Amino acid sequence: MSHNTQTAQKADRLFKLFLAFFRIGAFTFGGGYAMIPLIQKEVVENKKWITDQDILDIVAIAESTPGPIAINTATFVGYRVAGVLGAACATFGVVLPSFLIITIISMILKEFQSLKAVQYAFFGIRAGVLALILKALWSMYKQCPKKVISYVIAAGALIAAAFLDINVLLVIIGCALTGLISSVIAAKRGAK
Amino acid sequence: MIFWELFYTFFKIGLFTFGGGYAMLPLIQNEVAAHGWLSQEELINFVAVSESTPGPFAINISTYVGNQMGGIPGGICATLGVVMPSFLIILIVAKIFDQFKDNKIMKGCMTGLKPAVIGLIASAMLSMAQTVFFPNGIMKSVLLTPAFYVSAALFAVMSVLALKKVHPIIIICISAAVGIAAGYGLGL
Repeated sequence: MSHNTQTAQKADRLFKLFLAFFRIGAFTFGGGYAMIPLIQKEVVENKKWITDQDILDIVAIAESTPGPIAINTATFVGYRVAGVLGAACATFGVVLPSFLIITIISMILKEFQSLKAVQYAFFGIRAGVLALILKALWSMYKQCPKKVISYVIAAGALIAAAFLDINVLLVIIGCALTGLISSVIAAKRGAK
Repeated sequence: MIFWELFYTFFKIGLFTFGGGYAMLPLIQNEVAAHGWLSQEELINFVAVSESTPGPFAINISTYVGNQMGGIPGGICATLGVVMPSFLIILIVAKIFDQFKDNKIMKGCMTGLKPAVIGLIASAMLSMAQTVFFPNGIMKSVLLTPAFYVSAALFAVMSVLALKKVHPIIIICISAAVGIAAGYGLGL
């Protein structure tokens, strides 16, 4: 195979990655987890770039590394399919629809937010949003392992942030360390 | 300089977000409110906007705040900032994938991080509830205003609908309609 066709194939693959993730970004409502079935369909079933097992591993890692799941997954899949450039194309693709839509919406919001009807609508919506967050909390609670240490950490984080006014970043670091220490202790006990 | 400030702040937010969806909310509240870039009410409003538009909350909120503070270049800086930590960390992790897959240290940290995110979102929700139900402060005893009752009733009914898995967009639409009806009807 000549060098030129190889380069052309690579460029073609990068463009397809960009397009696939652009579609994924444009058709997901509600964020990272909602995106996973779409990624599976595009990348595993349609394009056959990676296997089902790979996707599961990738999602597991996207959950346990810093950064929002949507971006982590896009970067990882892009890297797997076409290296660093692939990661860049997939990430750019997943970000672009949001970026364009929100840029337009923030202009529209500026125009209309002084209208009485819009203010009333948002007055109602704010109560609805609280309900949505409550629902999200409930789902997260159901997925979280029900161990004593989990309850202690969740309660500790809540109290530290809500009542003691401790910086959120510090709370996150503290909870990660607490989790680490508790798992080391649990492992030692298990070994004995 | 606002552009650097946006990039740096959202870089920090991206770096400390674990998980998807609302995991970023407490951090946004913390960092963005501290800068005075967004009021609590605007943030809650934007959660609704983000739920009704495509794309992950993380990118939507970064683009929005960036845009508000520094126009389109501001949006680009904030979005780049939130994406960058993910991008760099995943590139490294992808290279050492096999060592990372069963890394005990990372797993240990995650046993702390998962419940921490729940506690932090609950804390974010509490302060949001304060804004929604008592916009003028609890002390001013607004318990008797019609706005309080409308919000409380809406929250109760919408929570039931949300837990019954009614789609977020439908919940937002009903809430908006009730808000408009109550606003004009009761002259709020």
